[in-house]
Amino acid sequence: MLGWEFPPFITGGLGTACYGLTKAMDQLGVQVTFVLPRTVESKYSTHVKLLTPSSRSKTASFSVSEMKNVKFRTIDSPLQPYSTPDLYRQRIEETLRQKQRLHGGAILSASQLIEGIDYAGDMYTEVHRYAALAAELAKTEEFDIVHAHDWMTYPAGIVVSAITGTPLVVHVHSTEFDRSGEHVNQMIYDIERQGMERAHKVIAVSYYTRSIIISRYGISGDKVEVVHNGVERNNNNNNNNNDWSLDETGIKKDEKIVLFLGRITMQKGPEYFLRAAQKVLEVMDNVKFVMAGSGDLMHSAVEMAAELGIGHKVLFTGFLRGEDVQRIYKMADLYVMPSVSEPFGIAPLEALNHDVPVIISKQSGVSEVLTHALKVDFWDVNEIANKIIAVLKYPPLQITLRNYGGSEVRKLRWKDSAAKCLKIYEEMLVTV
Amino acid sequence: MRTAGSGKRQELPLDTFRVFSKMPSVCFYFQVHQPLRLRHYTVFDSDQQYFDEHKNASICKKVANKCYLPANRLMLELIRTFKGKFKVAYSLTGMLLEQLRQYSPEVMSTFHALAETGCVEFLAETYYHSLSFLYSREEFIAQINKQIEVINYFFGQKPRIFRNTELIYNNDLAALIESMDAFDAIITEGADHILGHRSPNFIYRPRSCSKLKLLLKNYSLSDDIAFRFSNRDWPEWPLTADKFAGWISNINGNGVAVNLFMDYETFGEHQWQDTGIFDFMRHLPAEILKHPDNNFKTPSEVAQCYPPVDTVDVPHIISWADTERDLSAWLGNAMQSNAIHELYRLEKKIKQTNDQTIISDWRRLQASDHFYYMCTKYFADGDVHKYFNPYDSPYDSYINFMNVLDNLRSRCAKSATTDRNIRGWRTGPAAGRLNICN
Repeated sequence: MLGWEFPPFITGGLGTACYGLTKAMDQLGVQVTFVLPRTVESKYSTHVKLLTPSSRSKTASFSVSEMKNVKFRTIDSPLQPYSTPDLYRQRIEETLRQKQRLHGGAILSASQLIEGIDYAGDMYTEVHRYAALAAELAKTEEFDIVHAHDWMTYPAGIVVSAITGTPLVVHVHSTEFDRSGEHVNQMIYDIERQGMERAHKVIAVSYYTRSIIISRYGISGDKVEVVHNGVERNNNNNNNNNDWSLDETGIKKDEKIVLFLGRITMQKGPEYFLRAAQKVLEVMDNVKFVMAGSGDLMHSAVEMAAELGIGHKVLFTGFLRGEDVQRIYKMADLYVMPSVSEPFGIAPLEALNHDVPVIISKQSGVSEVLTHALKVDFWDVNEIANKIIAVLKYPPLQITLRNYGGSEVRKLRWKDSAAKCLKIYEEMLVTV
Repeated sequence: MRTAGSGKRQELPLDTFRVFSKMPSVCFYFQVHQPLRLRHYTVFDSDQQYFDEHKNASICKKVANKCYLPANRLMLELIRTFKGKFKVAYSLTGMLLEQLRQYSPEVMSTFHALAETGCVEFLAETYYHSLSFLYSREEFIAQINKQIEVINYFFGQKPRIFRNTELIYNNDLAALIESMDAFDAIITEGADHILGHRSPNFIYRPRSCSKLKLLLKNYSLSDDIAFRFSNRDWPEWPLTADKFAGWISNINGNGVAVNLFMDYETFGEHQWQDTGIFDFMRHLPAEILKHPDNNFKTPSEVAQCYPPVDTVDVPHIISWADTERDLSAWLGNAMQSNAIHELYRLEKKIKQTNDQTIISDWRRLQASDHFYYMCTKYFADGDVHKYFNPYDSPYDSYINFMNVLDNLRSRCAKSATTDRNIRGWRTGPAAGRLNICN
């Protein structure tokens, strides 16, 4: 399996999905070698130390005790999911500056540095460099299927599949159209399309995504299968010790909390959340809107809240991880996901797992698997507000959504997703 | 209760033979109802147009063309062909009559024609197809009286048989209906758990009554037509008129009347025309009447002809819905019970306004359909029930209903402040009378 990220190094749903799927496959007794890029410059260096052996080679391996059949292999690379070529360039330049400082201020040209540390200066080249390294790594591994998660690993998947003669599955967790609307990056689109074309099977996380794959990438429907994501059961529900005190957050006791949790990017529809918030506040006062997450629209979201005159009612928490996520769910009365285009959307399932009722965009994959959720068109701000108010105002609605939604979510198991993937593998191995 | 086995029959004296061998009467009653569906009403709306006139009109016209018109014409044809030997009964809600008059007058005229044949009986129920029996006896009786009035106005009959919304029934209901002194019999579901080993094909008496009779739906034979008719996985498919008539004849001796009660929309709407449902019905009377002892009777005739054989005790509420035969389709979740409680909690305030439009809006919200739409039982299964639901989800329906109710509540408050000004000209005996007859 070729992935991008794995807990605890996660920035979003992709890492969660790879983790859930791999863990379930492990439980089904499947041998998985999970290959992922390992950034040298990492904010979470404690984990890196913990998980990687002291190896000077460009690839390394480690294992996680809870998964007996899974072996992890890492490739040094600054690739990060949800990145763009511009962000990549910034990150590389940042790394170079750090290196320059280490080199005692000696002025080196970027190209010299890159040669020295084996990074490509642009994302496109890096993706292909990564592919080459993956191919090398593949020679030392034995496997029957190559399973590549999202576009950055597709070139690697293609190469590995070609040199080893094993069939390729590409798993589409999101497409360039979801992330960028109509302003697609041609390079990424081309890589995605090539990956889907060269793959023997394409797995889409929803029918919604499947239809994008067929209509926007021209892939034949015969080869595109849908495997919905699952959700991890929530185990740490009873630690009451670490709750935020209301003073800390500035939220009053009788105030309801409406939560947005996700990257604050165009794809996630933060502007619709804020416009709906404004409408809600026209009708009721005792509500706070919490935006948990970071992203390229974070600053404009803060500005927009101010412009709408609801700045005092909107709290921005920045990116939350681990326990903080649990705490924010515990406080929330309602979770809203107004995504413009959401291939799946694991967060609403996690919200329901924490007994928080959800309003989700109809333009999402998760709306295919959730019936006990309120569904809206992301652009229909009036209707989003109408539904937010109803949930806050009528406890029976909240109770029914929470109870039925909760039991519905508990039926969405990663085990079933993994079993579906295995079935697809088996069919491929028979026909290839 | 059971009669002698067939082997002994020939040894019995002729009289006994005639009584025991008598084939059961076939009693058809069709339920005809359409609710007034709400329009999409958000918390930001403040007007008083709660109902979706366009949608209600188009559904009414659609059902009229697919079901009411062809079925009424078929019934007329059968009544004429069999010269009074084929009979049926209808329960038409006042709410439906209002819509038919407005959107499909041709259906009204075919119902008039049916009434004039003398072979058609009209039953009584709550005008608004409501669950008011469970929440307000005063309102319940008012709606029955309004229904009696409207049936009398359109069809010149005073109903003598009562059926409650969704055949909801218990001992208390029977006692209340008997105390109205207007009815000979009451209709409900022949549920297994109230009958035990007994057959629904006899006439019973409610435990709480001394005069009122109880007619029970034979759900097995009724559902063969209403639900299973087009089901190809059903071993009896295809159901033909002679096969069905054979099943009726099999009852021979074990019952006096087979009560076939079903939604009228069975014809052409639940069972589409291409399933052959109309042809089935067209051939059924002839097949049944092939046996000279067989006949069709209306519920009133059944009640008059046969004495009760036993009492039936129903302390807990039953209905004709689903396998549970209970109230869970309307009151099964927290949203449903909240919505209906809030609705009836307004009763006093609503009535105090004396404002006929407010009262009528409130009553229209009582239709059981609104609560049925909020049912979460079948939601996940993509059940056939979805077909009758104008909402995408039970949650949407609850939100919409509560928004409307909120607005209605605010109108009461406003009306109370101006009450003194209008009291002078709104009260008087005409105030509570039927709008539809004016």
